[in-house]
Amino acid sequence: MIDFTLTETDQAIVDYNRAAALICRKYARYYDENEEEMAPEVLPEAEAFYAETPLPPKGGAEDTSPPVMMALHAMISHWGDYTIRLKRSGGGLGNAALSAAGTPEQQKKWGNLVLSMAITEPGCGSDPSRVSTSAVLDPETDEWVINGEKIFVTTGIRAEAVVIWATLDKSAGRAGIKSFLVEKGTPGFDVPHKEKKLGIRADDTAAYVFSDCRIPRSNLLGGDESISKKTSGGFRGVMKTFNMTRPMTAAMGLGLAEAALDFTREQLAEAGVEIDYMAGLISQSAAAEKFIRLEAIYDASRLTTLQACWLAGEGKPNNMESSVCKAHAGGAVRAITQGCIEILGAMGISREHLLEKWTRDCRITDIYEGTGEIQRLIIARGLLDYTRADLK
Amino acid sequence: MISFGMSEEQEIVRDTLREFAADALRPAGRECDETSAIPDELLQSAWELGLTTTQIPEEYGGGGEERSLVTNSIVLEELAYGDAALALALVGPSQFANAILDHGSDEQKQKYLPLFCGENFHMASLAQLEPGPVGEPMRPRTMAEPKGEGWVVSGAKSFVVMGDRASHFLVFARNQDGVDAFIVARDAEGLTISEPELNMGLKGLATVGLELERVEVAAADRLGGEAGCNVACLINNSRVALGSVLLGLSRAVLDYCVPYSKDRVAFDEPISKKQSIAFRLAEMHIECEAMRNLVWQAASHLEKGLDATAQARFVRTYVNEKALWIADNGIQVLGGHGFIREHPVEMWFRHARTLSVLEGTAGI
Ligand SMILES: Cc1cc2nc3c(=O)[nH]c(=O)nc-3n(C[C@H](O)[C@H](O)[C@H](O)COP(=O)(O)OP(=O)(O)OC[C@H]3O[C@@H](n4cnc5c(N)ncnc54)[C@H](O)[C@@H]3O)c2cc1C
Repeated sequence: MIDFTLTETDQAIVDYNRAAALICRKYARYYDENEEEMAPEVLPEAEAFYAETPLPPKGGAEDTSPPVMMALHAMISHWGDYTIRLKRSGGGLGNAALSAAGTPEQQKKWGNLVLSMAITEPGCGSDPSRVSTSAVLDPETDEWVINGEKIFVTTGIRAEAVVIWATLDKSAGRAGIKSFLVEKGTPGFDVPHKEKKLGIRADDTAAYVFSDCRIPRSNLLGGDESISKKTSGGFRGVMKTFNMTRPMTAAMGLGLAEAALDFTREQLAEAGVEIDYMAGLISQSAAAEKFIRLEAIYDASRLTTLQACWLAGEGKPNNMESSVCKAHAGGAVRAITQGCIEILGAMGISREHLLEKWTRDCRITDIYEGTGEIQRLIIARGLLDYTRADLK
Repeated sequence: MISFGMSEEQEIVRDTLREFAADALRPAGRECDETSAIPDELLQSAWELGLTTTQIPEEYGGGGEERSLVTNSIVLEELAYGDAALALALVGPSQFANAILDHGSDEQKQKYLPLFCGENFHMASLAQLEPGPVGEPMRPRTMAEPKGEGWVVSGAKSFVVMGDRASHFLVFARNQDGVDAFIVARDAEGLTISEPELNMGLKGLATVGLELERVEVAAADRLGGEAGCNVACLINNSRVALGSVLLGLSRAVLDYCVPYSKDRVAFDEPISKKQSIAFRLAEMHIECEAMRNLVWQAASHLEKGLDATAQARFVRTYVNEKALWIADNGIQVLGGHGFIREHPVEMWFRHARTLSVLEGTAGI
């Protein structure tokens, strides 16, 4: 049944997550200014929180489904802060790729490592079919020899290994691209620097260089079988993982937007600006009217994100919906945070408050995991029944 | 539990209405707009579908089926996909019947609900909007003064949907405590009903103005009787209803633009292969999905009896803006042809423009 309310259990989980997120919020400014990744061990409140706060109950069949709860959790934790957590969350994007494209043995072998995912290169981002990092099999040693450069790798420093996209044959385009797992410490695999960014500064984003980096033949995800397949291990598997990761990135950005709205609401209340949801244009201040519009955008985006996750939970296809919510949220969080600054004026850009930081942080939402334009391409192809070649 | 899943029944209702809208409403929409009239047979055929009667309790002569606001919002979306003006006409009687059902006293229910349980289309209208610029739903200029046991209502109303056929009007007026709604019969003394108004869109839907000159209303005809009623709740309901209509209209625009753009060639390829057009279509789709979620959320909250004032306001603000954008861009996708009355997009644009200024004139 169509329903938008939380059960008691859902609510208890949400409250628990919110309490943890509020602690993280306290450290947000420090780690942004210092551009260091937060090590949870140094969070003095973490231990006290876990000691004092009873774990929330687990949801059952009568409660909101796990993918929807995951999105709510992502919203709430990012509402606290983009990077800082009381507990370190497990895997990176590469773990999702491993589960999508790895053989059972590979999943067993590497599933417990933190895996980053490196597709983007200096010469290609939105169009990954142009990947030029190469993999050449050395039949004598039964090893792949990797050469190339990757940039903008999320969890790039913390990761224990990386899933990379490399091409066996550049002239084959997509069909030539395969995924490989490279462990940190393999000779020829360097991490030359950490990227310096507009926002999510405490987040670890790195560049990788591979020069004659040799990895075992069995590090090809999906095994040798994937060589002959047209897109196995590379595109299709990874694209499938986007159906859940895209809604998650939407949710992460929306958490920041929610924080911005909460802050702005408080400030408006303090300034005596009343928000009346019934009022028309005569009795409403322009600030309140603007604010309501931003809240409406937020709600539309939040629901659309939850819908994509709900479909996943039902085992229904959500390819279009995950692009819809990512595209919507990408624009929404930009409009909301920038709109909040407009409403609050100078206070909005002051580094004494977090609004300016949320505005910088959430700007990534419309870029990674496929830019807003790329999402629109996918949606338009779906609507028009077009292939990649028809519309690019 | 958060869920976006329609019940099986809702899916059946959706499919039935979708078919009806395609067969009966879409083909009739243009003619109704051009002639500023809706044929009686069309209203009657919809009446026979039972849109109004089935959800009135059996004790008043209705079908006694459970009324779900979410389902009714789905119904409105589908009807409006066929034609927005006709959608509002077909559910016209329900706005009044539902207001009585939700807010009326027992006496009012007994007196007025049976009117909607007959064999023939029966209309009664809400009179909420007023002439003059900028409406304030909770601050009507029409006034109700107490007189003896009852009331005297004076003022003017406009955009009273199908007021030409209405047996009664539910007139929103301000008294010393706030806003109330008063049931006024068509032949009440002091009430003048204008000729149909001349509007930009929804032309098939006759709307009239009312002049109320010291119209006397009995105490028993204040909606809710002595207790009065929560007018804000009626406004919230109407916001969601109008949002559902705009949503159906938006989907109609998108579905018209998709095949058109695949067919139309410029610079050696279909215009749909130009990103400027393709991305616009993507945007329309994104916004249809977003709008529906806002509409469903507000409808579901209202159905559960939760305070949905903010959620209904989000519908009004967001859906108005996006539906207008979609209707406007529907014309742009068709270029000059979009401006010509051979295609429906110019009509849908006028409908959207008109719908977006309405308030309190529909219900689910
Ligand atoms: C903080 C951060 C973290 C990241 N994490 C990762 C990661 O973990 N792993 C990884 O592999 N990558 C990662 N990325 C890379 C990210 O996915 C790419 O930056 C993104 O896909 C865009 O690619 P690009 O930067 O090369 O832009 P380009 O592809 O050069 O695009 C530039 C502009 O052109 C537009 N454009 C491109 N193609 C089209 C088209 N066909 N139609 C219309 N417009 C088009 C784009 O939308 C964009 O506006 C990360 C990036 C950042 C900033």
